[in-house]
Amino acid sequence: MMALSAFFLMFFLLQHFAINILSVFSPNVFNEVSYFMGTNPLIQYVMQPVLLFGIVYHFVMGFILELKNRKAQTVKYAKNNGAANSTWVSRNMIYTGLFILLFMVFHFNDFWVPEIVDKFIEGNSQVGKDYHHHVVTMFENPVRIGVYVLAFVFLALHLLHGFNSAFQSVGANNKYTKGLKGFGKAYALLIPLGFIFIALFHHFNH
Amino acid sequence: MNLTLKIWRQKGPQDKGQMVDYKVTDISEHMSFLEMMDVLNEQLINSGDEPVAFDHDCREGICGMCSMYINGEAHGPDRGVTTCQLHMRMFKDGDTITIEPFRAAAFPVIKDLVVDRMAFERIQQAGGYISINTSGNTQDGNAIPISKHAADEAMDAATCIGCGACVASCKNSSAMLFVGAKVSQYALLPQGQVEAADRVKNMVAQMDLEGFGNCTNTGACEIECPKGISLENIARMNREFLKANVKG
Amino acid sequence: MALDSKVPKGPIKDKWTDYKNHIDLVNPANKRNIDIIVVGTGLAGGSAAATLAELGYNVKAFAYQDSPRRAHSIAAQGGINAAKNYQGDGDSTYRLFYDTVKGGDYRSREANVYRLAEVSANIIDQCVAQGVPFARDYGGLLDNRSFGGVLVSRTFYAKGQTGQQLLLGAYSALNRQIARGKIEMFNRHEMLDVVKVDGKARGIIARNLITGEIERHSAHAVVIASGGYGNVYFLSTNAMGSNATAAWKIHKKGAYFANPCYTQIHPTCIPRSGDYQSKLTLMSESLRNDGRIWVPKNMDDVLAIREGRKKPTELSEEERDYYLERRYPAFGNLVPRDVASRAAKERCDAGYGVNATGEAVYLDFKTAINRYGKEQAKISGITNPSEAKIYELGQALIEEKYGNLFQMYEKIVDENPYKTPMMIYPATHYTMGGVWVDYNLMTTVPGLYCIGEANFSDHGANRLGASALMQGLADGYFVLPYTIGNYLSNDIRTGKISTDTTEFDEAEKEVKNKIDFFINNNGSKSVDYFHKRLGKVMWDKVGMARTEEGLKEAMSEIKAIREEFWKEVKVPGTAAEMNPELEKAGRVADFLELGELFAKDALDRNESCGGHFREESVELDGEQKGEAKRNDKDYAYVSAWEYKGEPADAVLHKEELEFKDIELKQRSYK
Repeated sequence: MMALSAFFLMFFLLQHFAINILSVFSPNVFNEVSYFMGTNPLIQYVMQPVLLFGIVYHFVMGFILELKNRKAQTVKYAKNNGAANSTWVSRNMIYTGLFILLFMVFHFNDFWVPEIVDKFIEGNSQVGKDYHHHVVTMFENPVRIGVYVLAFVFLALHLLHGFNSAFQSVGANNKYTKGLKGFGKAYALLIPLGFIFIALFHHFNH
Repeated sequence: MNLTLKIWRQKGPQDKGQMVDYKVTDISEHMSFLEMMDVLNEQLINSGDEPVAFDHDCREGICGMCSMYINGEAHGPDRGVTTCQLHMRMFKDGDTITIEPFRAAAFPVIKDLVVDRMAFERIQQAGGYISINTSGNTQDGNAIPISKHAADEAMDAATCIGCGACVASCKNSSAMLFVGAKVSQYALLPQGQVEAADRVKNMVAQMDLEGFGNCTNTGACEIECPKGISLENIARMNREFLKANVKG
Repeated sequence: MALDSKVPKGPIKDKWTDYKNHIDLVNPANKRNIDIIVVGTGLAGGSAAATLAELGYNVKAFAYQDSPRRAHSIAAQGGINAAKNYQGDGDSTYRLFYDTVKGGDYRSREANVYRLAEVSANIIDQCVAQGVPFARDYGGLLDNRSFGGVLVSRTFYAKGQTGQQLLLGAYSALNRQIARGKIEMFNRHEMLDVVKVDGKARGIIARNLITGEIERHSAHAVVIASGGYGNVYFLSTNAMGSNATAAWKIHKKGAYFANPCYTQIHPTCIPRSGDYQSKLTLMSESLRNDGRIWVPKNMDDVLAIREGRKKPTELSEEERDYYLERRYPAFGNLVPRDVASRAAKERCDAGYGVNATGEAVYLDFKTAINRYGKEQAKISGITNPSEAKIYELGQALIEEKYGNLFQMYEKIVDENPYKTPMMIYPATHYTMGGVWVDYNLMTTVPGLYCIGEANFSDHGANRLGASALMQGLADGYFVLPYTIGNYLSNDIRTGKISTDTTEFDEAEKEVKNKIDFFINNNGSKSVDYFHKRLGKVMWDKVGMARTEEGLKEAMSEIKAIREEFWKEVKVPGTAAEMNPELEKAGRVADFLELGELFAKDALDRNESCGGHFREESVELDGEQKGEAKRNDKDYAYVSAWEYKGEPADAVLHKEELEFKDIELKQRSYK
């Protein structure tokens, strides 16, 4: 189930990235797409709750899994050479995940909460809203940039193990999946790098 | 060579247990690790102490009985070997070696380095077989041709010696590699198809019942497995499990 | 008591079928009321327990390991014979029967061997049905290899771990019955005595190896499948825990022990490297197909090599003594196991051993690498290949054939066998002798059965390669389940056997007394100290070559070690806990008695046959001068020994062997 929610989140991430990268090329297109995403009822009332559920589910399951797994080994080794047989990221998904969770709170506070307040509580019209401007202003603060960049580094680490791990968990691992593994690594590095690029781009270009 | 050994001593299942230091001298680099342990035990007996209890039997890497966690790794630092095949030339004069039992809630310590691996037995009793009577009234061995590829792959899964290094190495104490190998051996052969769905469901259910953790795909088990059982077997089990549950 | 082998009448090929048609059966409802104890869950015990449970009996199975899958049957590498004739090369039940009797140097019971050959084909079908992943060819059919000097390809295999795969097959059948509740499995339990009621075997006393508790278990019949006694030599290819205790305890309770002197010493094992050595590792016999065995011709070279001044590769062809090729030009390096082992010992005894302990000879692949390299060069159309290229091509081919063995050797010895010759030396591997059984596999105690390596049965004085697995499974799957029913048909009205009887009281008391003795003895020497001393006497005087004088010395030396053992043995810890030293003490105590009977049997048999070689019995002239000489006139019998207190007082009973279907011949490999 971790794997299935992971697939969903990874797909969302790709979509999120695709829209964000538009902000680099064309403020107008970005605004249009954002407007569509922000007002289309299907997106708003169906996809958004699903996404929220997906996020919460992935985190809650992650925690339950971690707790169960800790219970499976009650006495710890006095000496454990984990580095000899596995990668650091694979053993520390819970920590990279936790950091990403904290970042999500921060990130929601930056974009999602103001948007919801604006849209539903104050009931302002969304027509012609300059989403692009909001993005650019947010990224003026160097501290925020630092947090975002760091978060994407963690995301990369999380994905570096998570992407291929998800495929393994649903049973896709045989000699035909060699290419998939390479793709997974590329995905895990390129998407977060892309996000970092977007953030830095807006910071330094405006 | 001379060595310092830090060994887990525990009198019985209820005892709290602790690490104890020992010194051994004049260890030959040609000794196997267990022969070094024999030297220590002889020394302990002669000085009136209790020898260290550890599991071992065939001492040629096939029975799967030996089970130590040496310097933070199951079966020690060498690859593709069990503890009995580990040789002292992997260590240097003056080294300190930490020796612990396999740790997992499902593998309780019986004494010192000896653990109880009955959980593995129960998992196999839950479905690790083909329901066929041994009456001898079976069809000819060549009646169903099996492709060389399938036979070889089943053989690779079947090389598992049930030592539990996968569980010991896993940070979650997951038994997925072991169960995956057992499920795979039968899933790959036509003889095993009839009961495939029930088998994987029952074995996985028993595995969960025994208190093993879940797989988070760190891959440690595959690296530490003395027989090189591949992670593909876990994927295959997951596939079989999904298939069995979708079919209902 | 006169020995009755109970071989059915009639022509040999009909005996087993007729027998099965005429035995008494137990109806399914009654089987539910009958209990059977099986001690040992290797190939023989595991397969027997599973089959008996499938038939409907209640089975209690015992293993000293934590799982039946760890029994030492698992270590068999090469394969399992079966007269399937899939290759169409002329194999048949008769030919397998003939090869086995001849290979056993005409010291086995014809009817048993024929039955073994008859059921062999069924074993393969059974194992395939269980999911044993035998090697297949590209057409999807079962593959065969040839083995151990027979003329057909009848050996089925699963990579280099046929034993493990077959055992896992039997183990899966066992698990299925455990899950059904038909088998109660007692892991980490050791049988310490058999209990007889009114002369019949009715139960056992066992120790729980985790808690130390002594338990009573009753049954209508007891089956011993506890394996061989090779560990009497201390060093052998057996597992550390392999022991003769179950077999020896039943011997002391009235089961005759047959042919203890028949032991197989395997020629290709990795030599000992020092006194700390705990066990020896076997390298598959198949290596002799391509390796040439030699020692240096000159003593100077031997010393230079031992001291590291010279490398074996520096010796020229003229400086090497390929002694097997020299002595046996016809068979060369492919002489049978016993002959190859003795020849290696002869050279090492003469001082030509090539390692520090003086107990090693070379097994050299240089010639084979060269030959294969040239062939491969021709195949790939390389003209005038360089030496290095030939070597590279040859090495690749050798690696394909024996890669895993070469790797295993390198792991243990830390030398690259592609670059420098392997060192090998013979080691105890298998014991053909064991508890005497009749055609029903029943011992001389009613209701007490013995199967697998633990009995003396089918291999005579020498076992052929890939036949041990065959015998274990034949006994367990196909023979015992029939024969035991015939006996149990008289027990359907007996009802549950009580463990609350004087017989059980006494047996338990005896066991407890012995354990208390060990714990309280407070001697000065460890169990291993005595075991190693016993092993040395056995190896030096009751090993590959035996003399009257040496055997007499061995008997008195073993007796002396035994007496000292009972005075000086030290067992730390307590009885009420897991105590590996206590387990060992009991086993070594039994080896110390068995060893003496072993020597006594070897002394009695003043002939050379199979694994038993008496220096007094050799051909004195002619082409066979110096070779083993069998004496069919005086020794064509099975020696079955009856226990009378001290091993030296054992009484010999002879089962005369009749050969109606095979003509007796002297083996020749010149």
